[in-house]
Amino acid sequence: MRIPCPHCGPRGHEEFAYHGDAAPIRPDPAAAEAERAFGEYVYLRDNPAGLHRELWYHALGCLTWLIVERDTRTHAIRGVAEARANHAQGQAAQ
Amino acid sequence: MNKAATPKQLGRLAAGGLVDRGQPLSFSFDGRSLEGYAGDTLASALVANQVRLVGRSFKYHRPRGLLSAGGEEPNALVELRGGARREPNTRATVAELFDGLEAVSQNRWPSLRFDVLAANRLLGPLFAAGFYYKTFMWPAAFWEKVYEPLIRRAAGLGRIATGPDPDTYEKAFAFCDVLVVGSGPAGLMAALSAARAGARVLLAEDDFRFGGRLLAERRPVGDRPGHVWADEVVAELKSMPNVRLLRRTCVFASYDHGVFAAVERVNDHLATPPEFEPRQRLWRIVSRRAVVAAGAIERPLLFGDNDRPGVMLAGAARAYANRYAALAGRRVVVSTDNDDAWTTAFDLAAAGATIAAVVDSRESPPVSAGAGLPWMSGAVVRALGGRSLEAVDVRTAQGGAHRIDCDLLAMSGGWTPTLHLTSHQGARPRWDERLAAFVADQLPSGMAVAGAANGERSTAEALAAGARAGMAAVEAVGLRARAADLPSVPPEPTAQRALWRMSGSAGKSFVDFQNDVTTSDIELAEREGYRSPEHMKRYTTLGMATDQGKTAGVNGLALLAERAGQPIGRIGTTTFRAPFAPVAIGALAGPHCGAEFKPVRLPAAHRWAVEQGAVLVETGAWLRAAYFPRSGEKDWLEAMTREVTTTRSAVGVCDVSTLGKIDLQGGDAAEFLERLYVNGWKTLAIGRARYGLMLREDGIVMDDGTVSRLGEQRYLVTTTTANAGSVFQHMQFCHQVLWPELDVQFVSVSDQWAQFSIAGPRARDLLRAVVDSRHDLSSEAFPYMAAADVRLADGTRARLFRISFSGEFAYELAVPAAAGERTVRWLMQAGAALGVAAYGLEALGTMRIEKGHVAGNELNGQTTAYDLGLGRMLSASKDFIGAVMARRGALTDPGRPRLVGLAPVDRAARIGAGAHFVAAGASPTAANDQGFMTSAAFSPTLGHWIGLGLLAGGPERLGEQVLAVDLLRARSTLVEVRAPVFVDPAGDRLRV
Repeated sequence: MRIPCPHCGPRGHEEFAYHGDAAPIRPDPAAAEAERAFGEYVYLRDNPAGLHRELWYHALGCLTWLIVERDTRTHAIRGVAEARANHAQGQAAQ
Repeated sequence: MNKAATPKQLGRLAAGGLVDRGQPLSFSFDGRSLEGYAGDTLASALVANQVRLVGRSFKYHRPRGLLSAGGEEPNALVELRGGARREPNTRATVAELFDGLEAVSQNRWPSLRFDVLAANRLLGPLFAAGFYYKTFMWPAAFWEKVYEPLIRRAAGLGRIATGPDPDTYEKAFAFCDVLVVGSGPAGLMAALSAARAGARVLLAEDDFRFGGRLLAERRPVGDRPGHVWADEVVAELKSMPNVRLLRRTCVFASYDHGVFAAVERVNDHLATPPEFEPRQRLWRIVSRRAVVAAGAIERPLLFGDNDRPGVMLAGAARAYANRYAALAGRRVVVSTDNDDAWTTAFDLAAAGATIAAVVDSRESPPVSAGAGLPWMSGAVVRALGGRSLEAVDVRTAQGGAHRIDCDLLAMSGGWTPTLHLTSHQGARPRWDERLAAFVADQLPSGMAVAGAANGERSTAEALAAGARAGMAAVEAVGLRARAADLPSVPPEPTAQRALWRMSGSAGKSFVDFQNDVTTSDIELAEREGYRSPEHMKRYTTLGMATDQGKTAGVNGLALLAERAGQPIGRIGTTTFRAPFAPVAIGALAGPHCGAEFKPVRLPAAHRWAVEQGAVLVETGAWLRAAYFPRSGEKDWLEAMTREVTTTRSAVGVCDVSTLGKIDLQGGDAAEFLERLYVNGWKTLAIGRARYGLMLREDGIVMDDGTVSRLGEQRYLVTTTTANAGSVFQHMQFCHQVLWPELDVQFVSVSDQWAQFSIAGPRARDLLRAVVDSRHDLSSEAFPYMAAADVRLADGTRARLFRISFSGEFAYELAVPAAAGERTVRWLMQAGAALGVAAYGLEALGTMRIEKGHVAGNELNGQTTAYDLGLGRMLSASKDFIGAVMARRGALTDPGRPRLVGLAPVDRAARIGAGAHFVAAGASPTAANDQGFMTSAAFSPTLGHWIGLGLLAGGPERLGEQVLAVDLLRARSTLVEVRAPVFVDPAGDRLRV
């Protein structure tokens, strides 16, 4: 598998560390039922057959955390973006 | 070998072929000296020497000859070479002949001609489908003593070399616009079209000569012999700087996004590789587009005793005659269900063989067949003969029966496209009724199939398809292609009407020759319910072993479909998995074996440690000094005891450079640390260090270490050696994914600094000798947990920390890595008068256990801060990673296994890590388990063994006695539960 890193270009997947689903957002620790929210944040993950937004870390490259949109059935990669940019969007959505 | 003694090559034609008669090569087969020519394979040289019996079959030990002339060969598996280079299960059809080659047949005992275990044939019913599961089921005791030795003797496939492989292997990477797999007519046209358009082309050919099927055919291409046309194309490709040609290279796997794996047999064609050259080279090829032009593999026909030596695939018989000028038989019957095998009849007749008959299962032969060859409509139903074919029985369409004498039966059940590479990512091929073959359906992105691999069977079709695929590939990568001129080829009939099985056939009909799977095995499997191809494969072993059913697969599926009354297309295929052909483990390992298995990290002062006679130990990737034995010390225990005693009574120096070091800077650095660690950082003053504990988000301890504040916005974070990489990654995650709004930057400086612990009551005296005298090292000026940039007396810039892992009065001194070796030498020299000792990991570990400091054994991914007695560090007034989850009731249950110290009640007893605790008198069962010993050491300070452990409710049980059960070392020791700090619990020594 080749992952098109926005900084380094397409690189072999063995340069990256996989961190799974990018959807969970770290909950507010001060909120009511924070323990339940953190439980879901830490343990619950979707495992879709199809398009999946997931976190990859370019450990043997530019050290950037990336959000890779990948089809889990075909490994086709639709898009790659820096996680920090995604964060700004995520916060806006919240 | 004595060339005069070798017999003439009686099966060799006087002229023609692509062998070099000017270059005779001597070789031996089962000890017989024989001669072949440069350009031969071992198989073609055996044909030229009229050697027909080349092996015995797997289960029944039936005599076997060559079935094919290529990589699909199921029968002719031989051992090549000798000694440490001996390689079993090599296909004679792909082994390139070289002078002095020694080949030995396999799977026979005591000899190939006389094989005792051929009696297995009489036990045939025992070896039917599923025999592994049926015959040898009971009694169970028979397995080890009777069945297994019997099966192992009977079913051996060669002997492996027992010495270490003397050859080297390497790995290489290639990048290209267009990868072309195969150099037959389709592959050559694809490569040529792409290369002329300027694309970076890589052409890989499994054979040692480019040309594919063109080398085996007499059919002209562009009005010249096919191999001449191929040579011209190859010459043009070679002249182009954008083309790389790899022959002897098998592309054996296809991965996502245009990545392929290939093995290049760089020097398999020589007795030993030249100096400094690898035996084989593993390629990883990254391509933007790929054209799979891997050709096709012919199928055998299924009839009685179709495995007799002398029964050969028609295309193979033709290849031996045309390419190698070797005649596999003098009197030939051709049996076919398609037009292609007629070419074999014509070519063998032209080579001087007598065509006794062409038996075509169709009503009429191809239009072009009217060349006077005797033919009949019908089918061969049985082969006759023992170690060599003598005749065949034919049943004609009209019902007549004929026995025809012959020494070669050239058979063809049609051609199966070699589409493995198109399916390695999971795509299932589609059945094409007209072609009677599976063809690729949905292709991986960027891949095309051309030529016989796509069912385009005639040379003209293959050339055109290759050109089209090459042009499409270059256009897809943004280049302009122009249509190539296609060479002219005479017309060629390729019709087929598939004949899956002869009715009225007697004797065993082999479907999978390598695994001795017969038509009746498949029928039995179907009858017993193994109706999916995957089940049938596993039950009958059809399609397993070195050839992976290349000649057997489709025939097996067809039989299964027929029995099930379903179309083949609905039955489907088994999954195609890499590798396409056997690949040596050595090639996959490449240079990464022995000491080169993985990279080794060496501390800056490694050379000094080695000079001191240090015994080294691997800790992760690092090689560290375990202890520094002195003469007269009989073991590690004596050396460690001296090192600890010297450190605790005078001064010791230890290389702690392997700790992870992260330089953290920025306006929000303190806030970042607040969120990373359980404890607080905002009060940490410049020039001070603090111990920190880090959790995972699930509340389990991740790592610990010290953080020193070096400036207003600058901190130095240290991690444990083991977690240096993962903590850095975690910090990047926290910064980039969780809190990108924080103003922090950080970088790993683990390798930039060498760091030494200087511990013991004389540590300050030692430091005074090396640190610039301007610095005041008194406890007033530089107290416990102080940190500062300093200069050494020789001007070296350094960092000094008053921190202690040993529990002694101690410092850690960091210098730039380049100064590491000279600094430690200086410390040792300056400390000589103080009685300094270097200490290693053993002493380090002992002293931290004496002091009750947790390390990797306790930070084991299951423990909480509460378990380790560090629960009070968790700040209640801030958020940090793991804060919420660490509060969960189950993680703060007082009954959890929690950290305690342990000492044997009998002070002379020895205890070891891993022992489990049970109540005194209880039996050592899981139900009675109360925790385990995480660390243990002999304490030189106390004079007995001590340990740390996680004991259920431990801190509330101080003074109790429990049994430490060490099943691994077969001992049980009564131990006393104590507080985990054995030495200086008040910490007086630290603050001197």
